[in-house]
Amino acid sequence: MTTPTEPYVLNIGPQHPSTHGVFRIRVVMDGERIQDIDMIVGYLHRSMEKLAEERTYTQNIPFTDRADYLAAMSGNLGLCLAAERLARVEVPERASYLRVIFAELQRIASHAMANGTLVSDAGAWQTPLLYMFREREKILDLFEMTCGARLTTNYMRIGGVAFEPPPEFWPALLELVDELPERISEYEELLTQNEIFIARTRDIGVISPEDAINGSLVGPALRGSGVPWDLRKAEPYCIYDRMEFDVPIGRNGDVYDRFMVRLAETRESVKIIRQAVENIPDGSHKTDIPLALRPAPGEVYGRVEGPRGELGFYLVSDGGPAPYRFHIRAPSLINLSLLRELARGASLSDAVVTLGSIDIVVGEIDR
Amino acid sequence: MTDRHSELPATPMARQIIARRSLLDAAKAAPVSLKVAGSIVLLGLLLVNALIGFIVVDGQLDGEWYDFRDLGYAMERLRIELDEVNLGPWLSYWVTGLIGGLGILSFIGGFLLIGSWIERRLLARFQVRMGPNRVGPFGLLQPIADALKLMQKEVLIPMGADRLLFFLPPVLVFVPAMLAWGPIPWAPGMSYLDINVGLLFVVSITSLSVLAIWMAGWSSNNHYALLGAMRTVAMMVSYEIPISLSLIVVVLITGSLNLGEIVAWQTDHNVWLAVLLPFSLFTFFFSSTAEINRTPNDIAEAESEIVAGFHTEYSGMKAGLFLAVELGNALFVGALVATFFLGGYGLFGLEQWIPPYVILAAKASFGYFVFIWLRSTLPRFRIDQLMTFAWKYLIPLSIANVLVVAVETSIAARWEVEAIFIYGSFAVVNVILTVIAVRTWARVAGYSSSFERPEPPRVAPMIGGLKAARRIKAGA
Amino acid sequence: MPSGPTQIDGGRVANALNRALPGIATTSTEEWVEVESSRLEEALRWLHDSEQFDAAQLSNLCAVDYHDHFTVVYHLQSFDLNQQIVLKVRVVDRDTPTVPSSYPVYKGALLQEREVFDLMGIHFEGHPDLRRLFLWDSFPGHPLRKDFLGIGEGLTSGLQRFPFENKEQPDRLLNRENIVEQGSQETPEGWSGVAST
Repeated sequence: MTTPTEPYVLNIGPQHPSTHGVFRIRVVMDGERIQDIDMIVGYLHRSMEKLAEERTYTQNIPFTDRADYLAAMSGNLGLCLAAERLARVEVPERASYLRVIFAELQRIASHAMANGTLVSDAGAWQTPLLYMFREREKILDLFEMTCGARLTTNYMRIGGVAFEPPPEFWPALLELVDELPERISEYEELLTQNEIFIARTRDIGVISPEDAINGSLVGPALRGSGVPWDLRKAEPYCIYDRMEFDVPIGRNGDVYDRFMVRLAETRESVKIIRQAVENIPDGSHKTDIPLALRPAPGEVYGRVEGPRGELGFYLVSDGGPAPYRFHIRAPSLINLSLLRELARGASLSDAVVTLGSIDIVVGEIDR
Repeated sequence: MTDRHSELPATPMARQIIARRSLLDAAKAAPVSLKVAGSIVLLGLLLVNALIGFIVVDGQLDGEWYDFRDLGYAMERLRIELDEVNLGPWLSYWVTGLIGGLGILSFIGGFLLIGSWIERRLLARFQVRMGPNRVGPFGLLQPIADALKLMQKEVLIPMGADRLLFFLPPVLVFVPAMLAWGPIPWAPGMSYLDINVGLLFVVSITSLSVLAIWMAGWSSNNHYALLGAMRTVAMMVSYEIPISLSLIVVVLITGSLNLGEIVAWQTDHNVWLAVLLPFSLFTFFFSSTAEINRTPNDIAEAESEIVAGFHTEYSGMKAGLFLAVELGNALFVGALVATFFLGGYGLFGLEQWIPPYVILAAKASFGYFVFIWLRSTLPRFRIDQLMTFAWKYLIPLSIANVLVVAVETSIAARWEVEAIFIYGSFAVVNVILTVIAVRTWARVAGYSSSFERPEPPRVAPMIGGLKAARRIKAGA
Repeated sequence: MPSGPTQIDGGRVANALNRALPGIATTSTEEWVEVESSRLEEALRWLHDSEQFDAAQLSNLCAVDYHDHFTVVYHLQSFDLNQQIVLKVRVVDRDTPTVPSSYPVYKGALLQEREVFDLMGIHFEGHPDLRRLFLWDSFPGHPLRKDFLGIGEGLTSGLQRFPFENKEQPDRLLNRENIVEQGSQETPEGWSGVAST
């Protein structure tokens, strides 16, 4: 004689300590097992794509800051690259080097946040997060020194970067780059052999390479599944083709692999920054463009390898100062396509950890 | 550190933080007269202590009611006086009981005031940040500010909640936490509740909080709370068994359920049970983290998943009571570990000089420090991993532990050798047996060393898609 | 000039498509190839399975509103061959625009098609769960359309002249050239917003 049971609905609502922003999941649960989930987004929809049709390309750069607010430099870079391709603007070499330095600094900061919040979701009361934030604070101080803002930097311009970094930037950057590798080793030591962490992340949220590719997964999540794809190597932009760095890939496609891939990528970013600082030439930091740039009619799909994956900008121009169509290909939204299959049958704790490992930023999802 | 930072244009917040001095800086910067006065006061304290030590050594304090090392003498004297008053035999019972109750309450209350500060400050220092340092000197008044804030909050009761069942749990969880402190011996004659079944009393009273937590989760009319309550009940009930089993071995060796006698056994034989029973110490400590819902076993109030578990809907002083009880329980388990395994109030003879309750307080605080350390460092277990660990690992090994210790106890009763020889050999044998048993049982139950040494990510030699991935996987 | 460094010639793709599935590709330029909208799924599947193009991943799916028709743009990426194909589909019907869904071929189209449906109003047949993504279910209209009346005063989106571009004749009127005659646009059902003046 069994007691009748029925599934209940748990609403992991827009306000929650671990949903990485205003992101809502309606979970139908049977005891501790998830039967089905429904993701409800749109709490941060700011109609960026519509507003961008009334603003010039340069005026649209701050939108990209606020789309993926944890990777503002990458967003800026993507839009500037796409617009430059559309309008055929040449970028001076020094500007390219500066762009690479800032993009990689942003990658380190973003991965620190992603990994830290993942471990916090797994239960370590923000200790690893705050340790990783030491470096992120220094990086944000560097940003503030250069462009005045920590988070929404608005630093790249069509044709280069906005400002030349001040003289005190370079010694601070070199100091940070010197002490980062041993800090990363410290994090590796603390976490990667920790049995509880391994028990919480190993064989959880496994994505096979076929599912990953078909599900339009990109970024460290795709690389964690073993697929060696990185836009910096495949379609080198700026001066990435002159940089020597490796692309780490995972073996199993579980949460642990995605975590380790991000940690390894921070090491590679440090290498890139060091090479860029050594080889940076003198020159101007941007080319002059008209106030309202009018690219020839046409379209472009420009993309960069942001911390979350392929951040693409599809721009259609009709010859006017504003883009006719401005579309942001948001990796966070598209990486979520697989979440439903991953969460079915998992327990709630596992689903939370899996969501943390996919690394979403709601600003980018909703735009 | 200050030099490096003065080069960077620090934000106003950073400048303020750097400018705030630490205790050491404040001490170094004090004026000379203050330092001289401080040193004189310290010397005076040393002299007073030496004087007291002299009196103690001279034996002039032993057994007198003013022997501050053991307040049990004073209470005994009070009881005798009250019995002579001839108002009835129950007067001494009631008065001493009331004094005892007030004593526990004041002790716990006092600890909670400082314990919250210690926890937040220590947690912060582990996390490379400062912790509360604004409210009062070095943030010491923070717990009072917290208590005042919680007390003046609006009383919110969720709409579908069962009113009576919603009001009861904070009280029902505080009372056992307070009562369970009774049997703990603070000095040879000084325990609030010197009963012959102290251990049984402690274990059974702490089990009552399971009911209170379950009531809290159920009555909140909230799915998060229900989940948290379910997890808690499952977890706490499962971990009662390893606790009881690990305490049975303590009873076996010391021959008594009375906590005072357990500590007396340890002081008489000059050995701590932690040395003799390492596995029991670990089991007791780990299972207690599950009992009191602390990391790594705080799945019941896993903040990142179910907001706050069973106390999601509680606000104001009700939530304050839950949080206070969590703190108090942590210290209580520290005191229990000290009593059972770390020698209680004894410190190899030093309890004649230093008041024993100070020693016990120090050991309990050390236990509390270990709890905070664990909380700040370790991630938490999933509920099914917790259950697996309790039922498949801890319980079988604890049963085996009981068998081994029973055999050892009967050997100790019959073997006519020096006690140190017996117990020394037991300690060695126990440690070796623990290591062997844990390793073999882990292998049997499916553990393999690849669990703790996963392979690091590999470097991609080429860029590509599925074909490249397959080639890399095959090639490696 | 191809706008991406790894974008392959649309003409080549069109030729290969027409050889395999005759008549499927309607037009092509250097940059993109346009496919008949009813046979979209066939084309995508052929490109996905072919050795020559190996379109393993759907990088981007979005829609553009060219006042008289819609165009749905697909960016297909091949990892092993490191090349990108741009596929377009034209939808002429503005009242009930429909396109076959690419979910059967690419699972990654799940949320992207919902977004296009939400903001542009294009129906995807064969999508398992076509609902609005960002906006609430009863939101009137589809905002990214050029004739969506959210701007007010009968204006459509677009910018003819940046206000301070000409220092001698600064003007604050952003897109007066885009004014549509009053009453020539239909108000969606249930819309009680600003733009009725």
